[in-house]
Amino acid sequence: MNLETIKSEIEANVPGCRLEIVANPSPSGQHSLRVDGEHAVDVAIFLRDASGLRFDFCSNVTGIDWPGKELTEKVKLRKLVDGAEQEVEEIRKTTTPGSLEVVYHLYSVEKKHGPITLRMRTQDRDTGVHLPSLTPVWRSAEFQEREVFDLFGVVFDGHPDLRRLLMWPGFVDHPMRRDYRDPDDCEYEPTAHDAVLQRANRHRSGVEGR
Amino acid sequence: MSTVTHPTAHFDLEPMTGPGNVQLLEISMGPQHPSTHGVFRMKVVLDGERVVRLKPVFGFLHRNHEKIAESETYLGSMPYTDRLDYMCPLTNNWAYALAVEKLAGIEVPERAEYLRVIAGELTRLQNHACLIGFLMQDLGSSGTPLMYAFREREKILDLFEALTGARMMGNYMRFGGCRVDLPAGWLEQAGKVVADFPRFLDEYERLLVGNEILMDRTQEVGVLSRELAVSAGISGPMARASGVDYDIRKVDRYSIYDRFTFRVPLGSHGDVYDRFMVRLLEMRESVGILQQAMRDIPGGPIVDPKMKIRGFRPKPGEAYGRIEAPKGELGFYLVSDGSPNPYRYRVRPPSLINLTVLEDLCVGQNVADIVAILGSIDIVMGEVDR
Repeated sequence: MNLETIKSEIEANVPGCRLEIVANPSPSGQHSLRVDGEHAVDVAIFLRDASGLRFDFCSNVTGIDWPGKELTEKVKLRKLVDGAEQEVEEIRKTTTPGSLEVVYHLYSVEKKHGPITLRMRTQDRDTGVHLPSLTPVWRSAEFQEREVFDLFGVVFDGHPDLRRLLMWPGFVDHPMRRDYRDPDDCEYEPTAHDAVLQRANRHRSGVEGR
Repeated sequence: MSTVTHPTAHFDLEPMTGPGNVQLLEISMGPQHPSTHGVFRMKVVLDGERVVRLKPVFGFLHRNHEKIAESETYLGSMPYTDRLDYMCPLTNNWAYALAVEKLAGIEVPERAEYLRVIAGELTRLQNHACLIGFLMQDLGSSGTPLMYAFREREKILDLFEALTGARMMGNYMRFGGCRVDLPAGWLEQAGKVVADFPRFLDEYERLLVGNEILMDRTQEVGVLSRELAVSAGISGPMARASGVDYDIRKVDRYSIYDRFTFRVPLGSHGDVYDRFMVRLLEMRESVGILQQAMRDIPGGPIVDPKMKIRGFRPKPGEAYGRIEAPKGELGFYLVSDGSPNPYRYRVRPPSLINLTVLEDLCVGQNVADIVAILGSIDIVMGEVDR
């Protein structure tokens, strides 16, 4: 299966969708297709139902966390220093928002081919974490999307039963994110004191400041 | 940071009424229930004996295996994969090794492929034998089939101990091969165990296949349609019992499975009895594969000599590798950023995904059938909760 032809087939049948082939430099050669959130459900339905493709088996759903990066760059500026214009170097810091990515591995039971890798990205990692759920297309995504919601914090719109899967309902935070901090022993300590209390304060300030 | 609450705090026993103002009862099966195969809990809503709703509750054995593996080197996770599905550690090793080999483009020597097939098929034999034993135990036959299965499993575990040094936690595969070669006399011993296995299967079949109680309890119970099985990502013997002709050994032809002749048993009803029967037939095919592999195994190295075990850093990229594990499709998805530990490490657990349809299978059945249906799905909580 050639990803280029699949891409052009989807573009011809799902108007307006923005697709992008993400090259994979590893020897596995499993390149993937990035889909925009708006058209993801239509693209998924097309991949499942198109007679030549028939990707009816969604094998694996998972998330990847890409935290924001802090970029520092040196910028040369002309400034007035003591009345004379001089060239001054300034360091500028910019932070990218980062994103959460959801990856779907699709196979075809009918045609016995695959995999094709489908990816979606959220806008950022705070508020723009909404992506459409593909559970209505493939039932196998039900628990796996719940797991991604639980461990990464991606909110799947249209999921029939979006609850935490592995962590308990009162749990805050998402353990598979790169900047997750382990809960401390202090959280189970009714009367924390001395070293435990200090650790507790350090831990709480770190978590709450985030 | 957070308000830490115990899972059971959220268990609500509200009085509920169904259609026609019938009083519904919500009960909790598990996590401390002998037939839930570990710490697994189901919130079941009953109308009399009949199941109206069933919600599985996971996470009692969750230790975030994936997070631990991401802070560990590639090789460092290998022993930990044994603990996922602790009934079949060697196939877990295999799936992980296969994914890493795809990621880094490593070739496996021929002898090592044969060793993997032998280890993998022996694992399948003992897993299926025990699963059938557990299923019978769940159905109330007090131990006899299970003990028969354990007798056979013990022989296979002895082989594993001689091969890997451990009965269960084998840690046997390496990237590009296997850890140790066969000890002296192992093939003869294994050949005897495999040659005797069909006798055990005959005995098992005589005991179970036409058994009236078994047929009463399992036929037409927990019927899974072919369409739902494909859509819900059901894999392994459970999918094949519903007539889905999909065996990754045949489809992907990974390792050297294209060299062996074997058939893929399929069911036509998709009920508990078919799932039991498919496993019974699969064991016979595994015996055939084992005999062919033991006959053809060549000499040579067991690990790629150019493979760098220490300081292993695959180039940036990603790979998804999967095998036909005894429970279904076991896959590993790895993302490398060029550092010694994986950037992303994901296990595709067949047990968890096969549970997606648990509610669909149980609704409308009697409460006693839940145990039979769950037993026929074949779960190990070490893999479900990771």
